[in-house]
Amino acid sequence: MNKPLRRVAVFCGLLVLALLIRVNYVQFVQADELKNDAHNRRVTINQYASPRGDIIVGDKAITGHTETTGSDFKFKATFKNGAMWAPVTGYASQAFGTSMLEGVNDKILTGDDDRLFFRRTVDILTGKEKQGGDVVTTLSNAAQKAAFEGLGDKKGAVAAIDPQTGAILALASTPSYDPSSFAGNSKTDEKNWVTLKNDKDEPMLNRALRQIYPPGSAFKVVTAAAALENGLYSGIDDKTDSPDPYTLPTTTTDLPNEGNIPCKNATLRVALQYSCNTVFGKIGADLGREKMLAEAKKFGFNDELFVPVRTATSNFSTTMDQPQTALSSIGQFETAATPLQMAMVASAIANDGKLMKPYMVKELLDSNGKAIEQTSPQEYSQPVSSENAAKLQQMMETVVTSGTGKNAQIDGVTVGGKTGTAQNGVNNDKSPYAWFISYAKTDSGSPVAVAVVVEDGLANRGDITGGGLAAPIAKKVMEAVLNK
Amino acid sequence: MSVISNTTTITSVGAPSRRNTELALLVFAVLIPVFAYANVGLAKDGSLPAGLLAYGAGLGTLAGIAHLMVRKFAKYADPLMLPVATLLNGMGLVLIWRLDQEPSLGAAMAPSQLLWSTLGVALFVGVLVFLKDHRILQRYTYISMVVALVLLVLPVFFPGINGAKIWITIPGVGSLQPGEFAKIIITVFFAGYLMVKRDALALASRRFMGLYLPRGRDLGPILVIWAISLLILVFETDLGTSLLFFGLFVIMLYVATERTSWIVFGLLLSAGGAVFVSTFEAHVQDRVQNWLHPLALVNGGVTETAQTMYAFGSGGLFGSGLGQGYSRLIGGIAPKSDYILATVGEELGLTGLMAVLLLYGLLIERGVRTALAARDPFGKLLAIGLSGAFALQVFVVAGGVTGLIPLTGMTMPFLAQGGSSVIANWALVAILLRISDTARRPAPSPAPSPDAEPTQVVRVQ
Repeated sequence: MNKPLRRVAVFCGLLVLALLIRVNYVQFVQADELKNDAHNRRVTINQYASPRGDIIVGDKAITGHTETTGSDFKFKATFKNGAMWAPVTGYASQAFGTSMLEGVNDKILTGDDDRLFFRRTVDILTGKEKQGGDVVTTLSNAAQKAAFEGLGDKKGAVAAIDPQTGAILALASTPSYDPSSFAGNSKTDEKNWVTLKNDKDEPMLNRALRQIYPPGSAFKVVTAAAALENGLYSGIDDKTDSPDPYTLPTTTTDLPNEGNIPCKNATLRVALQYSCNTVFGKIGADLGREKMLAEAKKFGFNDELFVPVRTATSNFSTTMDQPQTALSSIGQFETAATPLQMAMVASAIANDGKLMKPYMVKELLDSNGKAIEQTSPQEYSQPVSSENAAKLQQMMETVVTSGTGKNAQIDGVTVGGKTGTAQNGVNNDKSPYAWFISYAKTDSGSPVAVAVVVEDGLANRGDITGGGLAAPIAKKVMEAVLNK
Repeated sequence: MSVISNTTTITSVGAPSRRNTELALLVFAVLIPVFAYANVGLAKDGSLPAGLLAYGAGLGTLAGIAHLMVRKFAKYADPLMLPVATLLNGMGLVLIWRLDQEPSLGAAMAPSQLLWSTLGVALFVGVLVFLKDHRILQRYTYISMVVALVLLVLPVFFPGINGAKIWITIPGVGSLQPGEFAKIIITVFFAGYLMVKRDALALASRRFMGLYLPRGRDLGPILVIWAISLLILVFETDLGTSLLFFGLFVIMLYVATERTSWIVFGLLLSAGGAVFVSTFEAHVQDRVQNWLHPLALVNGGVTETAQTMYAFGSGGLFGSGLGQGYSRLIGGIAPKSDYILATVGEELGLTGLMAVLLLYGLLIERGVRTALAARDPFGKLLAIGLSGAFALQVFVVAGGVTGLIPLTGMTMPFLAQGGSSVIANWALVAILLRISDTARRPAPSPAPSPDAEPTQVVRVQ
């Protein structure tokens, strides 16, 4: 019986061999795929297994962590002044994942980033617990506070940039939410999350980066820049050739101005000061789609930016006809911009025509506070020449000294601005958006450019709404940056 | 006493007993789980577990007693099987104790598992002491058949647990899996039956298309076994047990008759049975679906199958370390019983899992070697039957858990939680040791031939 016995022995050997091959396949070949599978709860468990790093503003952390009990997840993120900082930090929830900076820099914050490998290895050898790295932001506590408190219980957003570097100083969005309220994975967290998700005011929408609004008259600054850059008009105090009312080309529709303002053949300065639809509508139609589009693109329209959080793409139509180009050039038709985009417009002009790429992360630190990555300012584009920038500055400064933006005046500081009230809905049946974009300037250049949008501008009263509602907020933000 | 020159071919100076080898290996088999136990404690609480000394002493005592009994009652037995079984059982205890630390996995089971292991070792000793010669079992061929059938059919009358009816519940004692004991008893029956019938099965057949077709009356019992394994599958929805019994029978038939045609018949019958049953048995279909799509969500949730795959994947090459995995995600008491290999894979990694599989492989290999070494056909058949059943069980469970084949409800011998399993497998190892002892024992010295005696001087008064 020994011959079949030997064969059975071989058979048993093959069974064991098959098992060995199989476990090698599962635990070696397939391992990474299974390990990182979205349904593998260990992924989230690991994410929250060690204290999460902090997001830092100035030199203070605006996030933290606390130990949780009765859960797979050991550490829970906490947020200081969560509602104010939510558009910057986003949330880090055990149950609902991460967003904004918490999401973009998740690997640094959890300590899983490859660049932390050396640090981690050293920590393993010295027996130190794993700890995440920190994210140092460019934001200003004072500016953010001014923006958030300025918006108050109004619905809207603020974006502020340092024009010389592109560093983002403030990003506020109201109504907001407290990311701490659903950072865990308990029933209460789930209830809070569902309530926030179902809120019709969309508190979790980041209006400063992710929402696009028709910019209304605030867009006229871009149109003015296009006129100067393309040599349509060269002097800002020369009369333009513009009728009042202006009939949109190839149509019989009149483009009116809001109120009784001196727009007929007004100079560029006066047209911006009073926010003449007729003048800027005609400039857009005269320049045509391609030239307007080229200028808008230089300011950042039609481009999805990563700061490093993704921003919504601001829109300037690429397919419009001539009358639509006229409407687009006064910030209507399909023109739509994020508050950050409009802050970029103001900052390019304030920075003598050079647009810096906006960013909000200054550096990434390992758990010992050593920098592993630093962001250096980058030029995004040059939308206007420095001469034309100086002209545009004069125009915007006139708006503040004697135009629709008087509410933004700051004693002893040069301020330039532009108001806007964008129609909303068909026949303007919804509340219009009140805009204000501005910059402040000192002897050493401009330290801040701000864009403010308030969604519930009460009535369509020309540009006074933008000046009345949004300009005071912009003023407070600029004062905060200027230490006034 | 004078040295007697021997003229017979079988010498009394036979193979060395290797008892000291066994003792040395047992030291490792006890130390490794003790270190593992300390490891779990350090990983979970940062301190040595309170029960460490008691556990070490307990496992050491059990192994020591078993070793002394082997030394006394089976001096020439295989030196590897006891250490391997001790190591597997010891690691099983550590893993179950480790899983006891997870509150979501139900009550602590390590203490009762330790009790069952003690009973298992007691039965191991009992077999060695009372079963002086394995050939005695041959007398109980047909009684074994009856007992095995009763054990197999019994669970039908008890409520199923987790979709499989493989338990009987005795009030006050708990649940037993008679299938585990039936495995041994039916092997005794097969060995006894086939030893008698092997010539008839091997020779009295017609040759047809290259195959030996057996006579109907010889084929009868085989068809009966096939039918019974199907019935187990249908009524107890126990794929594992039916596969085990049928596979076991085919292996033993093949060894007994040396006819390859039996394997062909076996494969045909089992394929037929599998297709027949899977067409209308939802439970089996579920298992096959889970096997084909291990990561598929069911009702929007992650299945146990997916959880085990994640456990294996997350373990990777070296594992998370004992006590640092997340077997609790599998849920229920499954990680302690059916899925204990997932814990091995996750916490000890591919390295640890291969080590465990190789330990099983080693145990199987020693069993097959015992069959080869056995001098009597009954012993050969019994040894190959027991080790074959063990091999099939290991393959079916490990293959099922790792997704090589559809999952069946059986326990990993020695490793998994389950009283019947531990006791039955200790008995199985004891019988194998008894056969190997008989096989390796040197033939008794022939009685000194009177002719070789020196002439005695008889003093005549």
